[in-house]
Amino acid sequence: MSRIGVFVCWCGENIGRTVDCPAVAEAARRMPGVAHAVDYKYMCSDPGQQMIIQAIAEHRLTGLVVASCSPRMHEPTFRKAAARAGLNPYLCEMANIREHCSWVHEDRAVATAKAIELLRVMVEKVRHNEALKAVSVPITDRALVIGGGIAGIQAALDIADAGHDVILVERAPSIGGHMSQLSETFPTLDCSQCILTPKMVEVAQHPRIRLLTCAEVEAVSGYVGNFEVTVRRKARYVRLDRCTGCGACWNECPVKKIPSEFDEGLGLRTAVYVPFPQAVPNKPMIDTENCLRHKDARRKGIPVTESKVCGKCEAACPIPGKAINFADADELETVQVGAIVVATGFQTLPAAAIPEYGAGRFKDVVTGLQFERLASASGPTSGEIRRPSDGRPVERLAVIACVGSRDPAKGCAYCSKICCMYIAKHAMLFRHKNHHGAAHVFYMDIRAGGKDYDEFVRRAIEEDGVDYLRGRVSRIFERGGKLVLFGSDTLVGEKVELEVDMVVLASAMVPQPGVQALAQKLGVAYDQSGWLTEAHPKLRPVETAAAGVFLAGTCQGPRDIPETVAQAGGAASKVIGLLSRDTLDREPIIARVDERVCDYCTACIKTCPVKAIGTKELKNRQGVLLRRVAEVNAGLCIGCGTCVAACRPKAIDLAGFTDAQLFAEVRALGDFNDIEGRECDGVPHFGPAGCIAGQSVKSGGLDSHPTDAGMEREKHG
Amino acid sequence: MADFEPNITAFVCTWCTYAGADLAGTSRMKYPANVRLIRVPCTGRIDALFILKAFENGADAVLVSGCHPGDCHYTSGNLHARRRWTVFSELLDFVGIDSGRVTFSWISAAEGRKFADLITEVTAKVRALGPFDSYRKMSAAAGEQSNAR
Repeated sequence: MSRIGVFVCWCGENIGRTVDCPAVAEAARRMPGVAHAVDYKYMCSDPGQQMIIQAIAEHRLTGLVVASCSPRMHEPTFRKAAARAGLNPYLCEMANIREHCSWVHEDRAVATAKAIELLRVMVEKVRHNEALKAVSVPITDRALVIGGGIAGIQAALDIADAGHDVILVERAPSIGGHMSQLSETFPTLDCSQCILTPKMVEVAQHPRIRLLTCAEVEAVSGYVGNFEVTVRRKARYVRLDRCTGCGACWNECPVKKIPSEFDEGLGLRTAVYVPFPQAVPNKPMIDTENCLRHKDARRKGIPVTESKVCGKCEAACPIPGKAINFADADELETVQVGAIVVATGFQTLPAAAIPEYGAGRFKDVVTGLQFERLASASGPTSGEIRRPSDGRPVERLAVIACVGSRDPAKGCAYCSKICCMYIAKHAMLFRHKNHHGAAHVFYMDIRAGGKDYDEFVRRAIEEDGVDYLRGRVSRIFERGGKLVLFGSDTLVGEKVELEVDMVVLASAMVPQPGVQALAQKLGVAYDQSGWLTEAHPKLRPVETAAAGVFLAGTCQGPRDIPETVAQAGGAASKVIGLLSRDTLDREPIIARVDERVCDYCTACIKTCPVKAIGTKELKNRQGVLLRRVAEVNAGLCIGCGTCVAACRPKAIDLAGFTDAQLFAEVRALGDFNDIEGRECDGVPHFGPAGCIAGQSVKSGGLDSHPTDAGMEREKHG
Repeated sequence: MADFEPNITAFVCTWCTYAGADLAGTSRMKYPANVRLIRVPCTGRIDALFILKAFENGADAVLVSGCHPGDCHYTSGNLHARRRWTVFSELLDFVGIDSGRVTFSWISAAEGRKFADLITEVTAKVRALGPFDSYRKMSAAAGEQSNAR
């Protein structure tokens, strides 16, 4: 038998003005299962809460309904009050008679009648509530950071500095990411490597960071606090524990003309190589595509260890026992972590997507990243701006903004955000390096919203004399060893034909290839463009819908270095907050399976958005499999209830929002008047036949209500 | 039927439409008092049976509302709800139940105005449709039949 306490709040004037609160409390006293009902000015105030706490003890209440504001406002307050009085907090519900009633209706009688109905719905629900216990899950005090660019580096360092273990997984042989390729950074023009490499070294030397390069996330299972991640450590063919990075092997390697990925194809590297001189770890790897021994083994179909071709690197290696190891193979390693930071970064729009500008066809049409390498002192031209085609210095440079960006036809409806700044930087760097040269920028709009950003663009235009032309380039073709641009200057209203030595394309930022597959493994959503989606665009910018998985940097969308670093710090602080606890309490609003009823149709498994439902095998004492049933992982379940509606035999239910509770709510709304066989419970309501009770409310008061407490119920209809 | 006041039962998700209704309240927007909200975590939780039970219990219309596609707090619950609704509305048509009695909509937590307008619109529509007596007669008849057996 339920003994429910009802507490009607006036919220000062907010509810009391439109809703007759004493009448609501009076009506509540007549509702089945209600043992106690009072109204009070401010239920959420300290005396109001004391009133609830006392009533729970005095009336031995088994459930509470507080009729006041939205549960989104004060549900935690009243549930805590219930807990203080020793009542399970999940036996407390709220009827929203403020936002959904007193504030939106003007007629006092109508609002009072509706408030009573809303209250009755919740009373009926609470009669079916059950005590729930928060799900407590242990937390593994270790974080995984996926991606070793500036975002991943910053996040790893921040988490490790706070005293938590970090595993940093990077796909490439070195950490550093795109930032390590940049020449200078806007708007201060400080050298990118000068500010980045100390952080890279710090990562390598940090006692709490375990760095896994040439590694990728293969599979993810588990849930917040308890992830199990399988990492594929790709064969490097160099023993990191033995190698000193002396360079003997790559000096001897006979394959010397491989386009360097780090130099964006403008420089060359060997088959056994270190991607760039400041790489961390500064140890080589063997590129199996180009290594002569690997090629030979593939051609003959034999293991690479049996091939006798080349082997000069191994011979040159001065380390006793040799650091070169042709017997190396991919390894799968499983790690346990409590939180995951995704920092997989971006790539620029591939040249194939922009045929109209001849990228990939004309050697002197380069991407922004290629220009960074040309301008970099550590680049293939040692910082001189020379044409990739013939090595001649560039006298006239054109830069085209918004290549792919803001163009839904290219799949990039968004602004890439950093281009306006880096094209100003490119034009500026070019003018600094070649005082007689001319730089032209074709732009759509200049978006320089950032600290000192607009000043930087103005400096390029006013001090460095960069020629900004507002208009698009329609076509680029070669003529007499030069590139000719057809475009327009929309501010003057004229066509422009320009002959230049080199064209830089500010190509759109797009997500890393394969990030969607990773997102699916992690249960993280991504948008149409492939950027990973945060839990809330404003208030939860680094969290994802998957609890315990956080985002940092450009995997979420285009952004510059300062923003990336700030976001990485934000993600790190969320991870630190999570890992600082031993256990994690989660809302017990989770699905549960009635194994007696489940027929394992797997509809729930298919609909679950977070893959929280798995399979459980029911066995007899001899260990013989009897049948399979669905099983909910309490740590993973987010309590949406989609599985419940999908379950045909009704074997699965959602605690806190059970079928019993929801049907009780629907029944409580029933029009008790006009359905035959139903009795009016004396609660006023609207209805086609016009319940007397309802009419009496409409005519101005509840005093004339026919059913008083104790009076026999009248049957209408 | 000039003073017919319809009973409308609404099933709304807690993250978007319930919050949108809260916003309408906080903004003191006015709308008819005919709708009763039943809060569920996600529209994906809504079983078609809820809608039928609401009709059985005297609702003249049912409203289902949740997050816009792509905005679901649980990533995809509203998409399941949409799929279910597509099938369910066809079933209603087949059985001969006026599918105009059920309204399906997306209202985000920021759309207080839209919520108030929708309630006003749906109430006016159902007021014009009149009481859903046909359903009640049908379910009463079905009840008698099963009792007779």
